[in-house]
Amino acid sequence: MSTNQPERITGAQALIRALEMEQVDTIFGLPGGCILPAYDPLLESSIRHVLVRHEQGAGHMAEGYAHVTGRPGVAMVTSGPAATNLVTPLMDAYMDSIPMIGITGQVGTGAIGSDAFQECDTVGITRSCTKHNELVMSADDIPMAVRQAFHIATTGRPGPVLLDLPKDVLQNEMTWHWPTDEEVRASLPGYRPNTKGHPRMIKEAAQMILAAERPILYVGGGMLKARAAEALRELAELTGINVVTTLMARGVFPDDHELNLGMPGMHGTIAATTAMQRSDLLITLGARFDDRITGKVDGFAPDAKVIHVDIDPAEQGKVRRPDVPIVGDCRLVTEDIIREIRDLLASGVAQADISEWKSRVSGWQEIFPLTYDPAEPGAALKPQFCLERLRDSSPEDTIVVSGVGQHQMWASLHWRFNHPYTWVNSGGLGTMGFSIPAAIGAKMGRPDATVWAVDGDGCFQMTAQELVTATVERIPIKIALLNNSYLGMVRQWQEMFYDERYSEVYLSTDTPDYVKWAESMGCVGIRVESPEEVQPAIDLANSINDLTVVIEFRTDSDEKVFPMIPAGCTNDQVLVHPSQQEHRSQL
Amino acid sequence: MTAINPHGTSLNHGILSVLVQNRPGVLARVASLFARRGYNIFSLAVAPAEDDAQSRITIVVDLESAPLEQMVKQLFKLVDVVKISELDPRRSIERELLLATIRADAGQRSEIVELVKIFEAKILAVGADALTVSLEGHPDKLDDFEELLGSYAIVELQRTGRVALPKLDRSSRLRGANPNQKGKVG
Ligand SMILES: Cc1ncc(C[n+]2csc(CCOP(=O)(O)OP(=O)(O)O)c2C)c(N)n1
Repeated sequence: MSTNQPERITGAQALIRALEMEQVDTIFGLPGGCILPAYDPLLESSIRHVLVRHEQGAGHMAEGYAHVTGRPGVAMVTSGPAATNLVTPLMDAYMDSIPMIGITGQVGTGAIGSDAFQECDTVGITRSCTKHNELVMSADDIPMAVRQAFHIATTGRPGPVLLDLPKDVLQNEMTWHWPTDEEVRASLPGYRPNTKGHPRMIKEAAQMILAAERPILYVGGGMLKARAAEALRELAELTGINVVTTLMARGVFPDDHELNLGMPGMHGTIAATTAMQRSDLLITLGARFDDRITGKVDGFAPDAKVIHVDIDPAEQGKVRRPDVPIVGDCRLVTEDIIREIRDLLASGVAQADISEWKSRVSGWQEIFPLTYDPAEPGAALKPQFCLERLRDSSPEDTIVVSGVGQHQMWASLHWRFNHPYTWVNSGGLGTMGFSIPAAIGAKMGRPDATVWAVDGDGCFQMTAQELVTATVERIPIKIALLNNSYLGMVRQWQEMFYDERYSEVYLSTDTPDYVKWAESMGCVGIRVESPEEVQPAIDLANSINDLTVVIEFRTDSDEKVFPMIPAGCTNDQVLVHPSQQEHRSQL
Repeated sequence: MTAINPHGTSLNHGILSVLVQNRPGVLARVASLFARRGYNIFSLAVAPAEDDAQSRITIVVDLESAPLEQMVKQLFKLVDVVKISELDPRRSIERELLLATIRADAGQRSEIVELVKIFEAKILAVGADALTVSLEGHPDKLDDFEELLGSYAIVELQRTGRVALPKLDRSSRLRGANPNQKGKVG
């Protein structure tokens, strides 16, 4: 591209223009001293800025936005304390491979290293919680830095990238130049993610899949990142192989599909966990053998061979040595495997008979469905009951955004996810307080969708101030607050593994008053204490689309998440719901 | 704990030659990756490479702490890492430099000079009661030298950590390797 007149603009203008060029439509942020210059050209920009109440909120909003759109979420904050407030979301995004761009102000280049006001070593602090970060030292470098950041955040294994921008770099003039793809590529000689799987490995995988007698498709969040839902469905239906979807993959394969066994792992369904455990072939697609899935690694799926498809070579063999490692984009590789299987079938190779295996698996499904004891009359609500009613009363493609704790597991287990990108949660880092800001981000990304946050009372109190953001910025979301008066998940561990010695887990039932709190933040607040109130409250909430609604469900403190695999145990040692204990021998 | 030679000359060391973009913070990125993943480093030497936009870091790693393959793959994830070569100690040339100042009275001086001769080391400076010597060579040789020096009073001793390059075969020709391509993984 040739320009007649070199155009001189400030670094700040270049930053905002570069973000526009990257198709950014929303920035979540909060200004301050060092980032001030960047907030000025924002006034003329097409980009919508959402002013948060805490920078952690900006980061989780950017994540929620990225979760549901697949496009990188952008959070922009100032230096020092604002940058450190962004650390939790960056780590969260890093753990869950969420494309995200963090932009932080920094003290002027001349003051760096002098312990200047609100100086901190942002690049140093965020080095291990970003895919990449960069302190930009010249205004001329801004467009390239932005292009690189978006390129790195969205390609290969996605992740957060942070740009640290000193104040004078934003203020200085520069000559505008928008780097070409080739220039970006050449500037990153060390960054060449491999997307195409190795043909020999793909062939081998296809043969193994057809030969396996007890195969399972072990599907992780990488399949969502690769937008591989259709390919997955085709592979599953072509082979008739059951699918388990990890906490990060919920929604990539319809829960209503007969081949779906649900979520495996520490709180997974018995069918999903046990099927993996007894399998002879784990067809691992975009999953990483997290300890919440494997239990004690030595005892995990002892008879299984492993095909491992992942775009990140470092995941191959990190936890479990694969028999067939395939580095590549999960969608492209899955499509290649399908093609290879079709060729093999066409050439007369027959698939092994897996019908006996599948009837064993469906036996587990029948004997060990998800279950809970209904509430005694007059007793506190069962959280699962509230979630089931919510699920059945909400639009089909409702986006569910969860906090971290028991409510997260119940939401993942009891909701029926039939569409990709409708489940948003903090899996790898397990960040309490994630749901409210992430729900706001999700709503910004998908304004057409109904967004329900499912939250615990502990989580709610960590980030509820962002409901002010939701109100003031007119981003109406809905919150189902399961108030069990406790840090419930911790309480469950203390009950089961510390002899019911409850230490520092009781919050309070009625302080804060969640209804008043919601109302004071401009939301509609509804308290629900009895089963009869559940449905009307949900219907009311679903009918309000211009305000944020908080329903506080007063739920049973004693309720526990089942199934459960205690820490340090193998997946064979799963604890089933007490009512299913008598069938345990059939596992 | 098995006794590990602190210079990584046990059987359990691996050598990585890592070509990186010469950018601020790149060494910190490499170091923090090793720290975060619990990989032990025996030694690390870094200096600009043939192309001065790049540096070469020679890292001697402890294979007891993690498999080499994982270290290589994790390192590759650093955007500034351009190429990684695993150097098999049997098929690479390794060199290191040692400097030592040794207290030497008149009686010991000739013994030390003798030792310096045997090892083809150098005497760099002579003081009233001390000598500064240097030895460049294979790290194993430096180990031996250091051990023998140990019977004298060592005032200060500094080794550089090894640098290494692949050995050339007698018949080998340089292939048109593209320096912009990442090297092969394990
Ligand atoms: C920031 C943070 N601090 C602490 C924890 C540890 N933790 C995990 S779940 C949990 C309890 C969550 O309580 P609540 O939000 O009420 O949800 P519940 O488990 O009761 O559904 C705690 C404290 C965490 N995951 N994140």
